[in-house]
Amino acid sequence: MTRNVNDPFSPFTGRRCPEGADEGQRQPRMSAPPRLPASSPRERKESLPRAAAPLLGFGRLLRRYGFPVAPEQVSGFMQAVTLLGPRSMADIHEAALATLAPPPDRRDEFEAHFQSHFYGNTAAVVEGEADEETRIKDDGGACDEENEVARQAEGGALSSGAEQLSARDFQRDGDGLAAFRRKLATALPARRSFRTVRTNARGKLDLRRSLREIVSADGDIPSPLLRRRQTVPRKLLLLIDVSGSMKLYTSDYLKLAHAAVQGADRAEIFTFGTRLTRITTALRIRDRDQALARVAALVDDWDGGTRMGPTLLAFLSVPRFSAFARGAAVVILSDALERGDHAELEMAMRRLSARAFRLSLATPLAGDPRFQPATAALRAILPVLDDLVDGSSIAVVSDFILSLARPAPAAAAIWKRVS
Amino acid sequence: MPKRSARTRSADTVAISPEAVASRLAASRYLADESLATAIFLAIRLGKPLLLEGAPGVGKTEAAKAIAELLGRDLVRLQCYEGIDAAHALYEWNYQRQLLAIRHAGEHEVDIYDDRFLIARPLLQVLKAPEKRVLLVDEIDRSDHEFEALLLEFLSDFQISIPERGTIRAKSQPIVILTSNRTRELAEALRRRCVYHWITYPDAEREAAIIMLRASDVANATARAVASAVRDIRARPLAKPPGIAEAVEWANAATILEKGGSPWPEAFRRAIGVLIKDEEDLSYIAPELGRIVEEALA
Repeated sequence: MTRNVNDPFSPFTGRRCPEGADEGQRQPRMSAPPRLPASSPRERKESLPRAAAPLLGFGRLLRRYGFPVAPEQVSGFMQAVTLLGPRSMADIHEAALATLAPPPDRRDEFEAHFQSHFYGNTAAVVEGEADEETRIKDDGGACDEENEVARQAEGGALSSGAEQLSARDFQRDGDGLAAFRRKLATALPARRSFRTVRTNARGKLDLRRSLREIVSADGDIPSPLLRRRQTVPRKLLLLIDVSGSMKLYTSDYLKLAHAAVQGADRAEIFTFGTRLTRITTALRIRDRDQALARVAALVDDWDGGTRMGPTLLAFLSVPRFSAFARGAAVVILSDALERGDHAELEMAMRRLSARAFRLSLATPLAGDPRFQPATAALRAILPVLDDLVDGSSIAVVSDFILSLARPAPAAAAIWKRVS
Repeated sequence: MPKRSARTRSADTVAISPEAVASRLAASRYLADESLATAIFLAIRLGKPLLLEGAPGVGKTEAAKAIAELLGRDLVRLQCYEGIDAAHALYEWNYQRQLLAIRHAGEHEVDIYDDRFLIARPLLQVLKAPEKRVLLVDEIDRSDHEFEALLLEFLSDFQISIPERGTIRAKSQPIVILTSNRTRELAEALRRRCVYHWITYPDAEREAAIIMLRASDVANATARAVASAVRDIRARPLAKPPGIAEAVEWANAATILEKGGSPWPEAFRRAIGVLIKDEEDLSYIAPELGRIVEEALA
């Protein structure tokens, strides 16, 4: 957690410390396993062989672009290169992959840096994926400097979006989110955990602990000790629509999401429009303005179109994301106005509901008393929804989330009765 | 067990070069690509744990088994799950036997913290005989953060403290393999202590070779067709893309059906149940299956 919070600064840590100091610390570790050519123990204290400089430099370069690279990984990298020969550049490449451990989703970026550092081939641009696919952005790794700079230069729409978010903050406060945050941890639906806890009443005999007591009391039998299964709150997954049609509500939803991340044990927040972006890590920053400013910079598809079906399918196709949905309370904050074919949306919702403990859709349209789930898309997904509720203000959505633990009739039943 | 100790090889004599590792793995029926062989070589020689990540079914656990066989050691497997704790991973006292011993001893003195009463769990088992065993910590992403922290401590010092007995240290560096399906991000500290390798699905040629190796009855042409069809199927947005084991099963099943009298493309179609095990995926792939198989056979 703390690492993530510090993330925004990580691009600079590589630079802040003077180059020399960094190598100096690493010395003692280098001395144990195989040595790099031509260095007596005494010399090594002062300087590394010249050939090692590019290897060190590569570690530093990665750190500058926000890859978490520890000093021991760099020394491991150098040892690995020594061990492998190195007979060719391919050896250095393999060694870098194995010891510096780039996260799989940033592998292309890593390759580009490798190319540019060792071959001087700067033309290998970092970004460049087929636009056909739904892009997924995970803020788990630090966001890289280059993107930051590009965004600054772009000016216009994006940065003003950030200003808007922070400007609105001052206007409304006292929106009841502090109370929401406090109540959330206990209000989420609970499940029985595999783990057990000690208890004084209402439990089964804790044989192991009782026997241990008996052993320590040399065979005397004290009163039996009890243990029962723990209950833990379920995970909360919020999927927030940031497309143009939801423009009025997005900033409110993000504030709510911030409170949820702060309040719940395990919550994950994603935004979707034309792309899918994971913003949980950004929202872990305690200060709301700062967190929302980071989110504003992170999300690329503010106020654009919606491709709800494809983005939700993209969410499900990443194993660790879809694993999070399993057994979770999933709340989608969207108007579900899917343009064109809704077959993909239907499939995504069906899969999501098969995984989720409870799948709810909160739509601002339902704030209107005349609202009916009449669009083709809504009619198609209604049978798999557990709830279809009003999402027109922070207050109603937070009340709804706090009520998730209480059972309610399925959405289809409620709306049939109404119509 | 004198026989086993004769088979047990010192790690450094086996890992001479990545190529030597690859050929030894092939001898124990595991085909590793160059970068996996390099990662294994580095892990053994640098004395660091090996962290394997990849989608389910790419052969992470198989790789661990092959490494154990390569070194001629026993594989001790610790399967992780939510709620796993120290008593399942490290050690536990056999309380029932301790109690009996106390009863039995009567007036005599009895040491109830003797070796007889200590139940060694996987981590302790490996610590006691690091030159005879390889530790596999399977699906570590399923365990909780607390357990990860415990493991981190074990992996950095290779020692376990038992309050009643003192600290037990490993005589030599044990070989440890960790696998993860990446359903959640592992702690950074754990990642950086390890040699890391991301296993991908093998290319069609290697997969065909794996199928031939694992299913001896399958003809060369069938194996190639299966490998290319499976590759095609994995490229589609399925809920559960087929792993290598499923591909092997599919080749096997189709061969059996063919011997039973189904003609070729038909045999593949009928055996699809062993490849795709999700109703939705089945109905998604069914209309295109004929074409995929035709193309693969061509």
